[in-house]
Amino acid sequence: MGAALILVLVAVGSVLFHLLSPWWWTPIASNWQYIDHTINLTFWITGFVFTAIVLFTAYCVFRFRHQPGRLAIYNPENKKLEWWLTIGTAVGVVAMLAPGLFVWNQFVTVPHGASEIELVGQQWQWSFRLPGEDGRLGKSDPRNVSPENPLGLSPNDPDARDDIIIEADELHLPIGKPIKVLLRSIDVVHGFYVPEFRTKMDLVPGMVSYVWFTPIRTGPFEILCAELCGSGHSNMRGKVVVDEEREYKAWLQKQKTFAQSLKQTKQAEAAR
Amino acid sequence: MVDTTIGAAGAVPPAEVKDVELYHPKSWVTKYVFSQDAKIIAIQYSITALSIGFVALVLSWLMRLQLAFPSAFSFIGPSEYLQFITMHGMIMVIYLLTALFLGGFGNYLIPLMVGARDMVFPYVNMLSYWVYLLAVLVLASSFFSPGGPTGAGWTLYPPQAILSGTPGQQGGIILMLSSLILFIIGFTMGGLNYVVTVLQARARGMTLMRLPLTVWGIFTATVIALLAFPALFVGAVMLLFDKILGTSFFMPTIVEMGQHLKYRGGSPLLFQHLFWFFGHPEVYIVALPAFGIVSDLISTHARKNIFGYRMMVWAIIAIGALSFVVWAHHMYVSGMNPYFGFFFATTTLIIAIPTAIKVYNWVLTLWRGDIHLTVPMLFALAFIVTFVNGG
Repeated sequence: MGAALILVLVAVGSVLFHLLSPWWWTPIASNWQYIDHTINLTFWITGFVFTAIVLFTAYCVFRFRHQPGRLAIYNPENKKLEWWLTIGTAVGVVAMLAPGLFVWNQFVTVPHGASEIELVGQQWQWSFRLPGEDGRLGKSDPRNVSPENPLGLSPNDPDARDDIIIEADELHLPIGKPIKVLLRSIDVVHGFYVPEFRTKMDLVPGMVSYVWFTPIRTGPFEILCAELCGSGHSNMRGKVVVDEEREYKAWLQKQKTFAQSLKQTKQAEAAR
Repeated sequence: MVDTTIGAAGAVPPAEVKDVELYHPKSWVTKYVFSQDAKIIAIQYSITALSIGFVALVLSWLMRLQLAFPSAFSFIGPSEYLQFITMHGMIMVIYLLTALFLGGFGNYLIPLMVGARDMVFPYVNMLSYWVYLLAVLVLASSFFSPGGPTGAGWTLYPPQAILSGTPGQQGGIILMLSSLILFIIGFTMGGLNYVVTVLQARARGMTLMRLPLTVWGIFTATVIALLAFPALFVGAVMLLFDKILGTSFFMPTIVEMGQHLKYRGGSPLLFQHLFWFFGHPEVYIVALPAFGIVSDLISTHARKNIFGYRMMVWAIIAIGALSFVVWAHHMYVSGMNPYFGFFFATTTLIIAIPTAIKVYNWVLTLWRGDIHLTVPMLFALAFIVTFVNGG
């Protein structure tokens, strides 16, 4: 009796907690509502199955509890029931899988015309690179990294010289335009994660990964490192600000290109 | 002994090999310390696993206390926290759960439940325990090594696992990897025993389709472990080489805090693939024995046969087979080719079907049974709720 009651309370309590919980994900700021929809659908399907199974268990525990004279029946198999349950489960699985694959397809397919930017991780800060006037990111190699060239761009590549470099400062993005972020690390594996954008991708040294999204809401958002990267991991945060087109242009004007910052360092050295 | 035939003629086939005399210990030491008796080895395994598990338990208390009262527990800084979380995770998954379920329950229950007189290789079985104990001691010694135990996370992802930004990179990581290598060597000796005993040493008449589900769970988990642990083994050896000999298996060109390191051209993702090729089956290595035990508990305390025994066996086998093609669902956002995601999402959800079948059959076993709410039964029922919720 008590056990059955506890089981019912677990089932009802779980549903109530889901409906009344004060904890929910942060308001979305990108085009990935699909991800939220998919996880909601999964919650509903698995929640239904969970409640059904726990309530059925509670009923059995109450109805067939040991009483003097009760005899269990002999029922080792029921082919028909087992097949129907299998098919029902398969239908539920397809209902969760199909939308998931649909969303994943969008996740990996970058739309044409997405502007490319680069994000570089290192222990324990975020840096960014924008393609500059030619619209192309120049070559880079971690072997080029030095105090005056923190992201390791190729000094001889003309595509690289006009690239805009933002080291350990906030990144601005224009609202409503698809962005493809190329991800690169020069030391260990980091993880690019902005909860409001819903997307997440690791930065792996030795290779370039990517992720894309379209910001739909202006404001500052925090970048968190989502892959354990050493003792400073919890402090590895950055800031991305989504702007209206005009403010974005104004911010962009103020940024220095790779060639400019190289020149500046040289002048500073000469002055010394 | 005279052979007796039960029921239909030929139900119990005649013995093909004569019974072998059991190993008889001659002294206290050979009986209780260097024992070749599976039951004693099981108890040794269980006590060792629970002891090191207690260390992990204390670590989890410390972590929660730090979260609850950060100022009172300020001696736990970021580095210590990472070390605690790493040791807690690794101990729980490998040194406690794997050892307790396979080394402890496996050794105790397999010979008794399949009607074997002992494990088929008692001496190797004994060695298995002692190598396991050595692995535990090497792991525990890392708490006392300079710099403390490794704080690389239980997944030990390179490059950070062996670089200076991670706590315990002097001695801790070397001891951790050595301990894992020892554990796998010890486990392989035990695992071969369990598999061969189940396949070769069953009592006459104990066909595979009559095995208790507990044995099916432990048996399948052992087969999975024997196939999955080698991936971790090579990963650990290669990472150890990267650390000690300066090879570049997992280490690309790296600039660490402004310093150019000598590594060139390795692949951090290769380690992640090796790790999860072991790491995902590991989930089932610790789950399947528990599934089996719960099946038998529910059946016993509901005074009914387990519902759909044959389906249960096939579900265990299906889960075991599928567990090898789902590993990269731990790596969707790891930077691997994202098109792999389609394959691994599909296989991952397919594995839900045999798992769901097992849950249905547990609760259907309760139907029209005679349910005795004993403590083991309450545990089994709570397991179903927890598993449906979390699994």
